[in-house]
Amino acid sequence: MAQFTMPELSDLEIMEHQHPAATKARELPMARSMCWHCQSEVTGEYLCGQCVKVQPLSKDLDYFACFQLPRLLNIDEQQLEQTFYELSRTFHPDFYSTKDESEKAISLGNSAFLNAGYRTLKDPIQRAEYLIRLEAGAVKDIRSNPPADLFEEILELQEDLETFRQLAPKGGSSELEALRKKLQDERERLEKRQTEMEESLQGQFKQWDQLQTRTSLPDEVREEKKSILRGMQEILSNRTYVRNMVNDLLETTG
Amino acid sequence: MGVIVGIDLGTTNSLIAFMDKDGPHVIPGPDGQTKVPSIVGLTDNGMIVGEPAKAHLIRDPSRTIYSVKRFMGKGLADVEDDLKYFPYQLHEKNGVIRIEMGGKTFSPPQVSAMILKELKRRAEEYLKEDISKAVVTVPAYFNDSQRQATKDAGMIAGLEILRIINEPTAASLAYGLQKKTQGLIAIYDLGGGTFDISILKLKDGIFEVLATNGDTHLGGDDFDQLLVDVMVDDIFQTQGVRVGENPDLMQTVRLEAERVKIRLSDETQAQAVIKLPNSTYEKLWTRESMETLTMGLVERTLAPCQLALKDAGLTASQIDEVVLVGGNTRMPLVWRKVEELFGQKPHSELNPDEVVALGAAVQADILGGHTKDLLLLDVTPLSLGIETMGGVMSALIRRNTTIPTSAKEMFTTYVDGQTSVDIHILQGERELVKDNRSLARFQLKLPPLPAGVPRVEVNFLIDANGILQVTARDIRTGEAQSVQVKPSHGLTDDEVEGMVRDSFQFATEDIKARQIIEARNEANAIIVATEKALGRATNLISAKETDSIRQILQQLDAVKNGDDHRAIRAKIAEVEKTTHHLAEVLMDATLKEALESRKLSDVIK
Repeated sequence: MAQFTMPELSDLEIMEHQHPAATKARELPMARSMCWHCQSEVTGEYLCGQCVKVQPLSKDLDYFACFQLPRLLNIDEQQLEQTFYELSRTFHPDFYSTKDESEKAISLGNSAFLNAGYRTLKDPIQRAEYLIRLEAGAVKDIRSNPPADLFEEILELQEDLETFRQLAPKGGSSELEALRKKLQDERERLEKRQTEMEESLQGQFKQWDQLQTRTSLPDEVREEKKSILRGMQEILSNRTYVRNMVNDLLETTG
Repeated sequence: MGVIVGIDLGTTNSLIAFMDKDGPHVIPGPDGQTKVPSIVGLTDNGMIVGEPAKAHLIRDPSRTIYSVKRFMGKGLADVEDDLKYFPYQLHEKNGVIRIEMGGKTFSPPQVSAMILKELKRRAEEYLKEDISKAVVTVPAYFNDSQRQATKDAGMIAGLEILRIINEPTAASLAYGLQKKTQGLIAIYDLGGGTFDISILKLKDGIFEVLATNGDTHLGGDDFDQLLVDVMVDDIFQTQGVRVGENPDLMQTVRLEAERVKIRLSDETQAQAVIKLPNSTYEKLWTRESMETLTMGLVERTLAPCQLALKDAGLTASQIDEVVLVGGNTRMPLVWRKVEELFGQKPHSELNPDEVVALGAAVQADILGGHTKDLLLLDVTPLSLGIETMGGVMSALIRRNTTIPTSAKEMFTTYVDGQTSVDIHILQGERELVKDNRSLARFQLKLPPLPAGVPRVEVNFLIDANGILQVTARDIRTGEAQSVQVKPSHGLTDDEVEGMVRDSFQFATEDIKARQIIEARNEANAIIVATEKALGRATNLISAKETDSIRQILQQLDAVKNGDDHRAIRAKIAEVEKTTHHLAEVLMDATLKEALESRKLSDVIK
């Protein structure tokens, strides 16, 4: 059954500087270190030390760096929120409404980036997906294949779902109700499975975070990183599949 | 920089407020009232707004517009079900509703602009300075077209709208500032025409909206309508009068329904009295009968509350405080239902009619750079997306995303030499394009190259007003591309410009109308006062003098209904001259009375 093939991590390039745009990292601080307004060297983090104008965030800044967090999967959510509030006070357009158009535009762009970053890092799943993207390049293909060990089950489920959809408009026959009950039970099983997946994902998060603090040979670390990322990605895509299935069931059978 | 005002542009009433070092204040009119009815009337002498227009509603319903907010940013198809309730003629041009009134055509933003101008004038008189900038509130669940229409109204009124903020969020600002609340709060806002629920987290001066939901077609008006329907039916059954055929009478019934509803908030029963052409209709309403009738409407607010809680990742019991906003939350039924849902007594310490305007003033003060410790982080209420193959909407920005926010999408070609791609922008939560709100369309220009080679990145940005901005960039050349977005239900820039010009033209007419009203009001006040004085002075002045005063009063009474305010003013001056002696006599008499009641020693001392 060809559908079962897992995505190969070989096409997810792992680089030392994992961010796809980070190859240019060395030239960019130069471009950024000059204030767009008074051309003096920017020493402060976000505001020019000379003219106090807000500076555009670097295009190469990732969300973790923006929130001054290490690339870990278990993060201090309190600190995340606090940093978000602090940076909002620096960038939010409300504080630039009397400033000139360039400053307004920078504030708008920075705020939009900040908000997207907060939303991504706040949610554990999105955080993991983002980290995988950062570490392993784009993981675009959302898997449409069912998880291997669930294949038979899901095939049957989809048949039942189709039968249910055909019967439903005709109204409350005993056959329909029996099927509804069966589908609801199935949904509960899938929900339980989703929870299990999230738990095992949590385990992977821990492994990843431990890896970041370990001092070992670069090659070893690279291999292990690759294996954890592969594991996380597999669980994440299986989870997406199961979740969509659960939503489908919820919508159809109530 | 001058004062930036905060405006609550409501469906039934509007208010204007400002903030000084003592906090936010609502600006009252000369009569002490803070609410300006959101009603605009056309008289032979120009436009009238507010209370005078409310009176006009019964006299001349076909030339009086109310609840215009329901038409903002909408096409005719959106309001089809409501048409039978409105006495005026509506049609559509370029996807925008137009209202016919007295042979003239107005777009909803133009009518809203008249209300804004009246509020602006009120503030200018009160603050003794020119007002040019404002923060205006809209229902949180307003879509992009409705927000844009509100912005257009500001421009037509000569007001720069610095920020559009959501009504429940504005309320939370006023409430949080006053009560120094921290934690999770829910704002339940049932206004004249719309319902919103917003869940916020308040922490150290940050007001973070976690989720919002609502119904832009559910408000106090709908409660009134249910009472109207019952009474109209009843009047036909008992008196044989078809109210529907008589627009004046319909408005009378509507105003009576509103009055009864308001009364039933404090009392358990209220009598509706309506004068019919040949009889009088009376109906005793009990609070219970009204609650049975309107239960369905209140229950319709509960599902949005649950959705908002779910989106915020919270349960009802986690909410620390529930705050009621909007006049219709005075209904005991609403209180009970909200208490049931959240398991706690809701708060309404601040006047639910004024709290939104107060919050808008606070936000205005933040934008003005005076208030620095408060910051509002709001969300977009609806998902934004584009049409993809097969008529399906693909979401780019999810609902309840903190704004400003942006999403990028890359476009390319499928055919060699293809030079454009049509992009259709949508807002809503449904799967299919046809079930969502069409916001705008635009054509993206691409260089004529082999298929798949062009790469144009489009950036969809929702700004802090909740309004979409679209920009595009050719990735290959790095050049920015201009995007001409055509709104599906909005005025074009040219149209808005034309309306700004028209509004100057109307302005002179409107001044005339206002002058007549003011002169007329003054005349009425003088007639009442003089009659009273004559009653007190029967023995103090000669019969001849009484006669001549009565004569001049009659003349004033006749002249005041004309439309020449100068003639009214001249007559007022004449009355004042003629009654000069009467005033003196009365003054003397009053003084004498005062002195007589005292002992000599008191006066000498």
